[in-house]
Amino acid sequence: MRNEREFPSAGGAGAGQGVGARLPRKEDDRLMRGRGQFVADIRLAGLQDVAFVRSPLAHALIRGIHVPERFRGSVFTAADLIGVNPIRAVSGLPGFKISEQPVLATGKVRQVGELVAMCVAPTRAEAEDIAAAVTLDLEELPAVYDMRKAREPGSALVHEHWGDNIFLETSFEVDISGALDAPIKVSREISTARQCMSPLEGRSVVATFDHRLDQLTLYSSAQMPHITRSGLAECLGMEQGRIRIVSPDVGGGFGHKGILLPEEVCLSWLTMHRGHPVRWTEDRREHLTASSNCREHHYKITVYADRDGRLRGIDCEATVDSGAYSSYPFSACLEAAQVASILPGPYLMPAYRCRTFSVATNKCPILPYRGVARTGVCFALELMLDLVAAEAGLEPGEVRLRNLVRPEQMPFDNITNKHFDSGDYPEAMRRALASIDVEGVRARQRKGEADGRRIGVGVSIYCEQAAHGTSVYSGWGIPMVPGHEQASARLTPDGGLELRVGVHSHGQGMETTLAQVAHEMLGVDVARVRLIHGDTAMTPYSTGTWGSRSMVMAGGAVAAACRELGERARRIGAKLLQHDLAAVVLQYGEVRGVNGSVTLKEIAHTWYRRPQDLPADVDPGGLEVTAGYKPRRDTGTFSYAAHAAVVAVDPDLGEVEILDYVIVEDGGVLVNPMVVDGQIYGGLAQGIGTALYEEMPFDAAGQPLATTLADYLLPGPTEVPAPRLDHMETPSPYTQFGVKGIGEGGAIAPPAAIANAVNDALRPLGVELMQSPITPYRVVEAVLAARDAERPAA
Amino acid sequence: MKPAPFGYERPRDLQAALAVLGEAKSEAKTAAKIIAGGQSLGPMLNLRLVEPQLIVDITGLAELKQAERRGDELVLGACITHADIEDGRIPDVTRGAMQSVAGNIAYRAVRNRGTVGGSLSHADPAADWLSALSALGARLTLRNLSGARTVAMEDFIVGALESALRDGEIVETIHVPAMPASAHWGYAKSCRKTGEFAHAIGAILIDPSAATARVVIGAIDSAPIVITNAAELFGGRIAGDYKDRFDARAADVLLANAGVSNAAHRHIHVSVLKRAVREAGA
Repeated sequence: MRNEREFPSAGGAGAGQGVGARLPRKEDDRLMRGRGQFVADIRLAGLQDVAFVRSPLAHALIRGIHVPERFRGSVFTAADLIGVNPIRAVSGLPGFKISEQPVLATGKVRQVGELVAMCVAPTRAEAEDIAAAVTLDLEELPAVYDMRKAREPGSALVHEHWGDNIFLETSFEVDISGALDAPIKVSREISTARQCMSPLEGRSVVATFDHRLDQLTLYSSAQMPHITRSGLAECLGMEQGRIRIVSPDVGGGFGHKGILLPEEVCLSWLTMHRGHPVRWTEDRREHLTASSNCREHHYKITVYADRDGRLRGIDCEATVDSGAYSSYPFSACLEAAQVASILPGPYLMPAYRCRTFSVATNKCPILPYRGVARTGVCFALELMLDLVAAEAGLEPGEVRLRNLVRPEQMPFDNITNKHFDSGDYPEAMRRALASIDVEGVRARQRKGEADGRRIGVGVSIYCEQAAHGTSVYSGWGIPMVPGHEQASARLTPDGGLELRVGVHSHGQGMETTLAQVAHEMLGVDVARVRLIHGDTAMTPYSTGTWGSRSMVMAGGAVAAACRELGERARRIGAKLLQHDLAAVVLQYGEVRGVNGSVTLKEIAHTWYRRPQDLPADVDPGGLEVTAGYKPRRDTGTFSYAAHAAVVAVDPDLGEVEILDYVIVEDGGVLVNPMVVDGQIYGGLAQGIGTALYEEMPFDAAGQPLATTLADYLLPGPTEVPAPRLDHMETPSPYTQFGVKGIGEGGAIAPPAAIANAVNDALRPLGVELMQSPITPYRVVEAVLAARDAERPAA
Repeated sequence: MKPAPFGYERPRDLQAALAVLGEAKSEAKTAAKIIAGGQSLGPMLNLRLVEPQLIVDITGLAELKQAERRGDELVLGACITHADIEDGRIPDVTRGAMQSVAGNIAYRAVRNRGTVGGSLSHADPAADWLSALSALGARLTLRNLSGARTVAMEDFIVGALESALRDGEIVETIHVPAMPASAHWGYAKSCRKTGEFAHAIGAILIDPSAATARVVIGAIDSAPIVITNAAELFGGRIAGDYKDRFDARAADVLLANAGVSNAAHRHIHVSVLKRAVREAGA
């Protein structure tokens, strides 16, 4: 496979450092020693802390905000923020209704936790004391807390002038009528709980103004600093050049750190108003109740199939609870509207129909969380395929194998025109089935368990479109469309290499993997490559880190910049060696000719320190290059994985234990397989959270009920098994090195595989669970309901 | 999540602590609060669920860190930590029962600081010691400036987060009777994940030769259900075949009578108790 790649093998000398090497992560040296620098670690002279007065109600008119006399001057409301614009994230999709999110509430509040007033004091505790002393006079309105009821006429309205609660309705159809006479027809309602993304580090903001530079500097735990700058400039009415965003070490993003926060706008205004730096650090209660949510989907779905399990079509109506506001830049409709295009996944089918609804409710805005809509879609479709298998009397794995796109069909356009670049999906499924030993589980099921528990096996498979670019995002019409990705590469006078990228690394290991790419191209030792990222003043513009795009896009850009840099070094080297350009090659970090060689370090030294040694006709471009990159086709790479789980379920206690977990993953060519393994482990943990633990319930007043981590349960080390990983490596034909984006996949398939395993275990009891998370209570409730149903009527 | 301002005292001896507590005001939200391990009070302060004017830190009271066997019982000072018990630093009179309970409380970090007296005083129905010590037949000595009194565990817990402690009163010692050699002990709980509060607890101390049994159903929304004479759960007779005679229906009725109206919740509680009975052993 390596010899098919389109790059010079300049690595060589530092063998084991280039593309494909399992290098330990460079950034771990500081992170593991507690020397990382996060926003909350930043100390600036005169820094004061901010606490917010947040709405205690989900939906209410603001009649008054009362600030005690002694705190006047330390409390700011919407009335103070003159000239500050609301956050607007508009989609160009036809029919999209616009929400305006005031950074501090005006007129009414539309979610619990909405910012109403900003309190500033020397410490956070004092700021919270002030916030506690501010009283709100609110007139409560009926809360819109259930997205399905919100669609009904007569519902209370989140945004009155809309006339309904629908941000956007979309539909897609390919001849569903052809499927209606199928012999197998299975219909269900399936739902996934609302979740909080819960990165280890919450959001955090420090704002300060530099009069020398006439520039606002905002330190923010953000994934997409350049996009934050654009959004902030629009809200503040400032030139973008007067704003600098710095994202230092960031403790996980997952989408939570992809949006422009009202807090970022508020603190930017405040530091300019007060003349000293200000800080706000999201606490865990704010994260759980006030910030952003994800994942809440509902599906009404019918799957049609022939007796042999072959799919005839899918008909679906999907509803997503988008919350109160459209968030910047992804908008309120990305999640639901995406469902229509990705529901068929890697399966073949002749007919398909899907309608989607993005619904406004009195809850936090929904954000795309690792996997975005794919986790819900995979859950819905894979649970349905198990029911098809049961109807057809087939093993669930066999139904997958009969319907998956085949390798000889690649590249393949599916029924929603998704362009699959490469891959062998049936092979991944076959390997997973063999590894999990379905036959062995069946034999064990026939014997029964001594402890009264029930064993089940479940599988799921998905495709993950990643690094999709201009042609895909221009269609969404949202504030952000990725174009060419750029990177800068500079040889330093002592032969080191500096890379500058506009994406941000916050757990992805890019300080290591992009250095590996540079090593592959130039042969510079990975230890001598420094990655500069997370600063709009120092990096090329980029839409940032999202959509599993960084390795494909920034990796490609780094390769392009290094290729050009290598070419320039070769030209200088040829002059120094007094060779024709055609007679020298760049190899092993040196420019080599028949009579000798000159190292990149020597070339750099000559260029910067001894230019007198260079001939007059040397290329004046020097040893610093900015280059852009886009894959040959920008519809995205398709990575995929088959997941298989064995679980033991206690039908009396409802407890689910994962006994075995297998992942067969194909992410194309892997730059650092160890980093990929880490991505999969982390994603799996989050997927297990979705499957079994995480849920943010709301009551009928729109109050979020899991307000601490005692109620919002995250999986811990004892809840996450050590999965058995198997990598396939089918290169993408469109990208540098054949890489594909793989950042999200680990979180996509686990809920489906685990739910299928639980249902497999409980099917003999007549139990079927179609809702995540699968809690002990839900299991026992379903078991008791099935027992009642079996009992003959008296 | 920062606490409201509060005063802080760290008395050197029990008498000084009782004096401070005796003087403190006692309105519900602003009453003085005793802090020992702080594993529940700490988060409650940070969430501003309580805003006491005064925090009395009793971790400096050497009297409350004593543990010794006195005759047929273990006398534990209120500030003994879960980890002290888990690690075997106190005398064992329950043939390992308390050590096993202690080792499964929350996480090690919580066990390092959390105290038995603090857990009981906080009276969270999901806490292990409420159920375990009720089943073991423990009694508590409570003290204030005017003297001491002794109450049985089942009388000490009045409701969820409600104990029999009066103003100015503190849990001084916990008295655990030595477990007879003929007794069987069973303890089970169901937690959604390791270290989380249990959503069901079952505990049983049964002595078939003496035909006695104490059974506790804990982690309900009120004080644990303590059945001091549990023959009704075993068909009216406690004997060597008690595991076969366990009557799930009778346990279900007890839960229904205690106000647990949801059938699935009752089923989980009964199943956990059934497991405690099944796993009970000498």
